[in-house]
Amino acid sequence: MSDAAIQVQDLGKRFGDIVAVDGVNLEVPAGTVLGLLGPNGAGKTTIVRILTTILRSDSGTATVGGHDVARNPDAVRTIIGLAGQYAAVDGNLTGRENLRMVGRLTHQRKAVIGPRADELLDRFGLADAADRPVRTYSGGMRRRLDLAAALVHKPPILFLDEPTTGLDPRGRNDLWTVIGELVADGMTLLLTTQYLEEAERLANRVMVIDGGKVIAEGTPEELKHRLGSTIIEVRLADAAAAERARGRLESVGTAEVLDDGRTVALTVGDAGRAVLEVVRTLDAAGLTPEWLTVREPTLDDVFLQLTGHKAEDAPAADEGAEPARAGRGRKRGAA
Amino acid sequence: MTVTTFPGESDTLEHRSKVGWAIQDALAVAHRNLIGLSRVPTTLVFSTIQPVIFVLMFRYVFGGSIEIPGYRYVDYLMAGIFVQTVTFGSINTGIGLAEDLSKGLIERFRSLAMARSAVLAGRTIADAVRNLIVIVLMITVGFLVGFRVHTNVLGLLGAVALMLLFGFAMSWVMALIGLSTGNAEAAQAASFPLMAVLVFASNAFVQTRTMPGPLRAYAEHQPVTAAVDGVRALLNGGPTAGKVFTSLAWSLAIVAVFAPLAVRRYRRAS
Repeated sequence: MSDAAIQVQDLGKRFGDIVAVDGVNLEVPAGTVLGLLGPNGAGKTTIVRILTTILRSDSGTATVGGHDVARNPDAVRTIIGLAGQYAAVDGNLTGRENLRMVGRLTHQRKAVIGPRADELLDRFGLADAADRPVRTYSGGMRRRLDLAAALVHKPPILFLDEPTTGLDPRGRNDLWTVIGELVADGMTLLLTTQYLEEAERLANRVMVIDGGKVIAEGTPEELKHRLGSTIIEVRLADAAAAERARGRLESVGTAEVLDDGRTVALTVGDAGRAVLEVVRTLDAAGLTPEWLTVREPTLDDVFLQLTGHKAEDAPAADEGAEPARAGRGRKRGAA
Repeated sequence: MTVTTFPGESDTLEHRSKVGWAIQDALAVAHRNLIGLSRVPTTLVFSTIQPVIFVLMFRYVFGGSIEIPGYRYVDYLMAGIFVQTVTFGSINTGIGLAEDLSKGLIERFRSLAMARSAVLAGRTIADAVRNLIVIVLMITVGFLVGFRVHTNVLGLLGAVALMLLFGFAMSWVMALIGLSTGNAEAAQAASFPLMAVLVFASNAFVQTRTMPGPLRAYAEHQPVTAAVDGVRALLNGGPTAGKVFTSLAWSLAIVAVFAPLAVRRYRRAS
């Protein structure tokens, strides 16, 4: 119990009629990474905002670093770093000025602020851009600076709320590398993401969240195992062929025809063996696919498997108390 | 598993009293806002365009037909212009905070162990500095169109201090509006009616005695009129102490009411 860096019991939060967080329990042992995986509006951001003292919960308890977030928020604030969905840096200031400002506001000694800012700029590949106003930065650079700003005061516990949403693949990869290094250094990390790939890359354990509730939990491997680790999609000439293929391929894995009516998606455990079997089965049935792809499961696949519905976009209660947006989230929950 | 400790404070921390931190944090935020101002100096230019147009319009278009007993109209007018300038300038406080809110900066600040008042105090202090620069520009413009100080340097300095204090007080009102609206356009739109009711239904440009009864009663007992009276007396002479006192009382009362409301709103802002 006591070596849990983050401990949450029966956490609840509603915005008006909307239940954003519904009885969530979680525990993050020190030095480990927990990924909260879910679509927009699942309640991930609300959980992060409660744990970072920005929002108060309605029910349940949460401690971070042993401090109760509601009763002792200032103690929590000194040991956490937060990097949010939008890069919360000041566009008019340079990268260096942004970090120095956070250094002052986290009450670091003057003598350590300068070197600390330089060290972070260096580490995150921003040294060359350090004295340029941040509004000239690319999206990836802003996110890296945002992460650096969360680390100025060397917090042992870090919260990252969808750190790579909206980044291009290269920006995403750069950020993953940096986060991976932090984790290797022993950082405790709670990460929210919409990408299974991201959770797999960074997290020791993953919780899948939907409608404010934890619907599945385990290591990324365990989750993928439950899904079958790979998805093979085969496009046929027409609906009849697709239906015939689906029937035959049931012997290889879980097969279904997708919305387009002629693509069969097959969830399988052992990709290499399965591909051979798919090809043999189709050949034996006299079916020639237009194409065949092998891909990793996405959040959509996880959701389809776990909940029976797709992880559609539902910008909902996650964002806060705005009733108009929250209203849409509710519809999704009911659908 | 490695044993990790979670120290409440480490040896890299500075130590200071609670009040000391509130001041230091506010200054750190003010510093940040002033850097922003220096990077976008055009906002200063735009802040002066509107009052300059008012000066030219009232001095040369309407001024000829406005008789104010005991004053050259340009001297009467400039006191009103100065107070109008700082009052409209306070809208920037609301806009700036609304922008910080929409860009997620406030979220970051709220996750830091800094004083809860600092983001607002820093912004209002920075906006007071901005107001000072704009007032100096407007005094220069005033001199160019014939405005003169009829008291002395102390009177002028006192008048500037009174304007700044009033602008500072109005900044807290705008801070509350900015945090409540949460986006820059809405903050601007929401503050304009308030500005109009305060600035135009006052003695800033004309005497209140020609206004119809209820409007006159309001115009004579509202904070902009009080500030204009104080500034006008400090610049033109005549009975001063009572007017300055009334204006000081208004400004302090506005801060006393709106600063706590704005900080409370900040704590819950999302």
